[in-house]
Amino acid sequence: MGTLVEEIFSRRAGRSVRAGEIILLDVDTIMSHDNTTPLAIKAFREIGKPIRNPDQIVIHFDHAYPAPNLLAAENQQKILRFMREQGIRHFYHHGVCHQVMIEEGFVRPGGVVIGADSHTVTYGALGCFSTGLGSSEIGAAWVTGKCWFRTPETILIRLEGQTAPGVYSKDVMLYLAGVLGMDGATYRALEFEGSYIRNLPMHERLVFSNMSVELGAKCGLIAPDEITLQYLAQETRAQPPFEVFRAEQPRYERVVEIDVSGLEPQIACHPDVDQVKPLREVEGLPIDEVYIGTCTNARYEDLEIAAGILRGRQVHRFTRVLVTPASQTIYEKAMQNGLIEVFLQAGCTVNAPGCGACLGRHGGVLAPGERAFTTMNRNFIGRMGSSEAEIYLGSPAAAAATALEGRITDPRKYL
Amino acid sequence: MGRAWKFGENLNTDEIIPARYNITIDEKELAAKAFCEIRPEFAAQVQPGDVIVAGRNFGCGSSREHAAVAIRGTGVQCVIAPSFARIFFRNAINIGLPILECPQAVEIEDGDQIEVNLSRGEIRNLSQGKVYPANPLPAFVLKIVEAGGLVRFLREHDIEELTS
Repeated sequence: MGTLVEEIFSRRAGRSVRAGEIILLDVDTIMSHDNTTPLAIKAFREIGKPIRNPDQIVIHFDHAYPAPNLLAAENQQKILRFMREQGIRHFYHHGVCHQVMIEEGFVRPGGVVIGADSHTVTYGALGCFSTGLGSSEIGAAWVTGKCWFRTPETILIRLEGQTAPGVYSKDVMLYLAGVLGMDGATYRALEFEGSYIRNLPMHERLVFSNMSVELGAKCGLIAPDEITLQYLAQETRAQPPFEVFRAEQPRYERVVEIDVSGLEPQIACHPDVDQVKPLREVEGLPIDEVYIGTCTNARYEDLEIAAGILRGRQVHRFTRVLVTPASQTIYEKAMQNGLIEVFLQAGCTVNAPGCGACLGRHGGVLAPGERAFTTMNRNFIGRMGSSEAEIYLGSPAAAAATALEGRITDPRKYL
Repeated sequence: MGRAWKFGENLNTDEIIPARYNITIDEKELAAKAFCEIRPEFAAQVQPGDVIVAGRNFGCGSSREHAAVAIRGTGVQCVIAPSFARIFFRNAINIGLPILECPQAVEIEDGDQIEVNLSRGEIRNLSQGKVYPANPLPAFVLKIVEAGGLVRFLREHDIEELTS
């Protein structure tokens, strides 16, 4: 009885849990990656107690993989030694951690997953409570198998209608970021529902959960339904049976209603994710780098949309266009279906799956004065390299159209 | 007593320390790069006992603990803001970096002399002659703070003791 987060917490706790209550929960899976694992190892060593269950632990290399420099290589070597020493066998270097977590079946409706990465919230799209934490807490959870949470109040986001051609869930989510602001959901859960969400395929639903943290939210949940179950069965290694549940007589702190029907393509302007405008208002702004990738928008369908626009065309001569599939699985499917060929023939650079460019590690670092248009979720100052570079966020379609013209371009003219 | 270093709203983890410097976990190395993009003089001039005062939503963005560790490494005694992003809030508590949530802190100006009483949650602005109360921390969070962070707490206690 309650909001989605209250439902999940109550099921896990075996009693009724309400917003405001602080509880200790058993977690299913504890995720970390090459960037955040070293500090977790340090915390774990300092606690000085054994790992509770090595099979609860999942470690990914994706933030700087393959290692772009000696420091990163040594860092990864230390993590590999630690995994061998502790008998940790769930190790992946097959793309962006969040996509791989879903594909490999660690994400289930009603589950509780914590991760040393803020975008761990992504799994909420499959009805899984998942949230980002710092490394010390991950090291602590290795020992305890548990984590404390203050049960959050929920803001309901009711999205009705159907988007026009050329408008995607990324545009809707950016619009919402503009409405709520960067701290509009701090300490809160977001719940997405409405006719728009119910008809939305999983790859588009994931964008809402992924970017919930951009509004400060603890999690961004969507009730599991037939689309969720079909996705789990067809696209992941998760084993049934799966729990299906919904909010029961929920009490929301606030309800935000948006009719998506009239929405046009949106853009988040440098340097904050809530600096959102209709894309046409900044059309024509020259762009040095287009980056189609990350845990937000580098799934197969995103690449398909971009390839549909790039097919048979050439990207602008002086614009770097980087395409980074979110996972090896996506890369393989994109190759089999000819998308990679489309990108290469259009003049794009196809990178190994991972997220190095999103945080200025490698594979697309920006120089001073450069301007990027990307499918990322963040456009903070200095995020992709120089603090004098600018980052604009939009949909994969807008990124592809922008790549063709070397300046911000409304994707609808290429549909 | 210490000097107030005033920052704006929505200060994110990349501004606290850019991702490219997070390859190390050495506290002093991280501290040397704290706020390097937005306030390059900070790391060289900050003194132990100084305080960081910021606008709402301090520490938004990444989960990386390096941001909280970098601040702790500079020797500042406390971060004061009207609100913190939730992961940063937890990270600070977990590593023993004192933080105070205080809506009135926006009145503090850069360079003001500040005295903080952490146990009372009281902020004294000696330059302006004002006293601001901070929001009290929940009891179980105080247990972590009093132990000096989550790691130290778990060395001595079981996690169940947090919520009991």
